[in-house]
Amino acid sequence: MAKETVTAPKYREFREIPVIVEGAMANSKPYAAKPAHQESVGFPGELVDNWQDVAVKKLGELVSGSRALQVFLDTCVKCGACTDKCHYYIGTQDPNNMPVARQDLLRKVYRRHYTFAGKYFPKLVGALDFTEEVRDLWYSYFHQCSQCRRCSVFCPYGIDTAEISMAGREVLDSIGVGQKYCNEILGKVHKIGNNLGLPEPALVDTLEGLEEDLEDDTGHKIRVPVDEKGAEVLLITPSADFFAEPHIDGLMGYAKVFHQAGISWTLSSYASEAANFSMFIGSHENLKKAAMRIREAALELGVKRIVVGECGHAWRVAYSFWNTLIGPFDFLDKAYPSPSHICEVTYGLLQKGAIKLDKEANDHRIITFHDSCNVSRASRMGNMPGGQFVIPRALLKAAANNFYDMAPETIHENTFCCGGGGGLLTDELMDLRVKGALPRMEALAEVVEKYDVNTLVAICAICKTQFAKVLPYYKFPMDMITSLHQVVGDAIVLGGNH
Amino acid sequence: MTLTVLYAILFYAAAILFIGGIARKIYIYAKTPAPLKIPTTPAPLTKPGVAWRIIKEITVFQSLFKSNKWIWIFGWLFHFGLLLVLLRHLRYFIEPTWFWIDLIQPFGKYGSIAMVVGLFGLWARRFLVDRVRYISSPSDHLMLLLLISIGLTGMLMTFFIPINIVAVKGFIMGLMTFDLQPLPGNAVLLIHLALVIALLVVFPISKLLHAPGLFFAPTRNQRDNPREQRHVQGWSAEG
Repeated sequence: MAKETVTAPKYREFREIPVIVEGAMANSKPYAAKPAHQESVGFPGELVDNWQDVAVKKLGELVSGSRALQVFLDTCVKCGACTDKCHYYIGTQDPNNMPVARQDLLRKVYRRHYTFAGKYFPKLVGALDFTEEVRDLWYSYFHQCSQCRRCSVFCPYGIDTAEISMAGREVLDSIGVGQKYCNEILGKVHKIGNNLGLPEPALVDTLEGLEEDLEDDTGHKIRVPVDEKGAEVLLITPSADFFAEPHIDGLMGYAKVFHQAGISWTLSSYASEAANFSMFIGSHENLKKAAMRIREAALELGVKRIVVGECGHAWRVAYSFWNTLIGPFDFLDKAYPSPSHICEVTYGLLQKGAIKLDKEANDHRIITFHDSCNVSRASRMGNMPGGQFVIPRALLKAAANNFYDMAPETIHENTFCCGGGGGLLTDELMDLRVKGALPRMEALAEVVEKYDVNTLVAICAICKTQFAKVLPYYKFPMDMITSLHQVVGDAIVLGGNH
Repeated sequence: MTLTVLYAILFYAAAILFIGGIARKIYIYAKTPAPLKIPTTPAPLTKPGVAWRIIKEITVFQSLFKSNKWIWIFGWLFHFGLLLVLLRHLRYFIEPTWFWIDLIQPFGKYGSIAMVVGLFGLWARRFLVDRVRYISSPSDHLMLLLLISIGLTGMLMTFFIPINIVAVKGFIMGLMTFDLQPLPGNAVLLIHLALVIALLVVFPISKLLHAPGLFFAPTRNQRDNPREQRHVQGWSAEG
């Protein structure tokens, strides 16, 4: 899709629910994975001969192995509660982007083959065979779901479309119809250790450069160590933090926090990636394989704690899945929950008085905070439900004088996806990404109008990249998007007390 | 007498399909593993917390309330009305009736009105709201038609054409004790009962499974404690 055809939809004056426009996004689809990408993550290189049978069988296996799928495919009553909750529906008006309709693409096939009503009365219950046309619909619309779980908050039965789209993508992968972006990246993680495919020498080089920058900026010898055995903390962070604005400023922020608190820490060149795109494609073999590098690195380096940097789905994988996948963490220090989020660490140090923040350093910033979906709806921080909302805001308020939240129906567990999550952060989906950002941009525009907000803070690598791309389409400066630990890093008082 | 035997057979068959079908589904839900922790957060940290979350979903439809007030009003009217109606019907199954069943009788009458009003509201949305129209299958319409027909035939007997309820009770008690008693040959009653039989039969093979399903949704019934307690099940428990 050519970039010049992409334009941002207009803000809705009264946030009315848009009418449906059938087929509006029928042509949106990501590039197909090449055979090499497919094979690097253990899937057939191209479409298998008997793909219909393979797909139906795979679907049956997935359902009988997942209580979530088993229940979700039965319980939807088509009440319509979710129909206006997806940012992609709001932005595109395509009815297949209503969560229930997206689920139905899979549910119809499941019914046809695995339920009494679908086998004998397919028309009555809307059951469908897995035809080529249906396969194309799956490929298109399961790649228009960012797996943000907003619909699951509002569903009276807790049906989570993310689970359905993960399963849909896994079925497609199993017949050789994979998506290039996710599968190519995942292959790099297995081979090199990070999404960027940044090998060890390049990483070491980058980090040395960063140390020099830090010294130039602050006059302090702040280290960004890698592969240092015996460090207390292993930091697992998205590889975007090594590479691009505004991510890298966040990494420098973490370094300042560790430096000032006197905590020895290290990155790992072997496990140099917090992201785990296996979740997006529903592949538990890959999920486990990618996560296992982290356990191996932690053991190899002999660390006491594992801390995770700013990344949304990575925090979901770390918080919710690591203990299951690569636990138990009995080799780590019992005094700390494993894994910890960098925000939990910084917040803890702030509470203890181990670091001090000078709010005035951020007086040029008028800040709002974007809750990332996987942090908000699929994980936690701290020791109470909702800590994932409290802790980042507490840090921002401690680091800056000007903080304003966006409208309550667009934050916390109601937060809108940035529009680029779930493995959709690829250029050929730019039209979808821009449209999907609409509800978030509307909420942002309100606080910009009201409070002159000039800084949009996020704690997710995907959100940061997505906003940097999408903000200009909505006439906001791209550098509005800022890492939380950049704000912290700018405010931290260095030297003195440790 | 033929009619009595026919309805008796149908009721027994429907009861077997209903109970057997639901038991089978509950068994499947319970035994299917939940390999990962996926509660929709913020989620309760404790078991009583989870129980409270689910109680709120069942009694006041908490998520639906947050989601859409129209669906909530109609859905809640229907379900609460249905509950009152079902409680009122207990008098046909228990002899002597418990005192609170006697107490609830008049409320059951109002319940029937609430139920049918709610159902018509939900049905109207399937025609009037473009998004809901798009997602409705013929079966979604038929289900509402079935429930409304049950409600209306019941109300017809309650409010306009009284039937011999003593005889109906005799028939039902007879079914339960395997001692067949004659079923009154009232047309409205026969339609009402036939529709109820149909409802019992389709329950375990339709979206009505949302009733037992709600208790098994991992997004709602899991505790938020993955760091504190290692969770393994199904594939995640294997090697």
